[in-house]
Amino acid sequence: MELCVNGEKLLLPDGATIQAVLDHFKLQPVRVAVELNRDIVPKKAYSNTSLKSGDTLEIVTFVGGG
Amino acid sequence: MTSTHLKIGPYELQSRLIVGTGKYSSLELMQQCHQESGAEVVTVAVRRERLVDKNSGRNILDFIDPKKYILLPNTAGCFNAQEVVRVAKLGREMLTGSGYRGADWVKLECLGDTKTLLPEPVGTLEALKILVQDGFQVLVYCSDDVMLCKRIKESGAAAVMPAGSPIGSGQGVLNPNAIRIILEQLKENDPAYPVIVDAGVGTASDVAAAMELGVDGVLLNTAIAGATDPVKMARAMMLATESGRLAYQAGRIPRKLYATASSPWEGRINA
Repeated sequence: MELCVNGEKLLLPDGATIQAVLDHFKLQPVRVAVELNRDIVPKKAYSNTSLKSGDTLEIVTFVGGG
Repeated sequence: MTSTHLKIGPYELQSRLIVGTGKYSSLELMQQCHQESGAEVVTVAVRRERLVDKNSGRNILDFIDPKKYILLPNTAGCFNAQEVVRVAKLGREMLTGSGYRGADWVKLECLGDTKTLLPEPVGTLEALKILVQDGFQVLVYCSDDVMLCKRIKESGAAAVMPAGSPIGSGQGVLNPNAIRIILEQLKENDPAYPVIVDAGVGTASDVAAAMELGVDGVLLNTAIAGATDPVKMARAMMLATESGRLAYQAGRIPRKLYATASSPWEGRINA
């Protein structure tokens, strides 16, 4: 299936979860927040939220700012 | 040290200086500057995670001790109320259960354009009302317009944060009289209501001058991060915040046009 993650295409096997996407990019759940189709997904739901083709994810983190 | 603490939203702070985390040449340097500044609150921005070329896996939070610092997520780079609310919620989500304090507040920044980076008042008020409704304690970056500041306070802001001058401009507090009027109007019958100068300071004297007006604190980033010796400037900013606050509490002498002798007039041998 084809996902859109932070504006880029990503191909993953059907039924992959949000946790699988984080693993794919080697990201720690504790350092990110995730939106699935504009809705925030709580961290405890990463492993049981299955994605479908066409889903859009935003994965954000903190960076330096004023 | 100042005798009374600064209370903003759920937090009681001993330091009246809030510093940013942006524009440092290294995270180690940022960490040293935070230490020297004496600040207890540091601002952070929310951005897309880099999925490739990940800066060798280093995250800014690895350089901010959760026991020493409270994070203040901002909504920098947002240009309307919808963007602000979206970013504020992502910041809160990141902090929830993270071991860091700061999930319950946000620095609202809703900008008008990319050249001036001046705050956009209509979107700011609109976003503020939504965030207050959602349970956020909101610290609002705004212009030094007294009527706008009054509307922001009335709309439930935890603190009003007028800009001294444009972000990163280093011009200091351009209109001290506007800040004076804001302080009078917002603190009338509510002296503890926090008013913080956010943005525009360039050096220690700008911070001291702002504090001498009676503001509750100063928020700055570029003035330290962009200094030739940021660590030294961080210390200068800490001292300026304290000396400005002390001078405000001490009560300065009035300005006069003519001189008043410090030595006695009587007893001069040549009289």
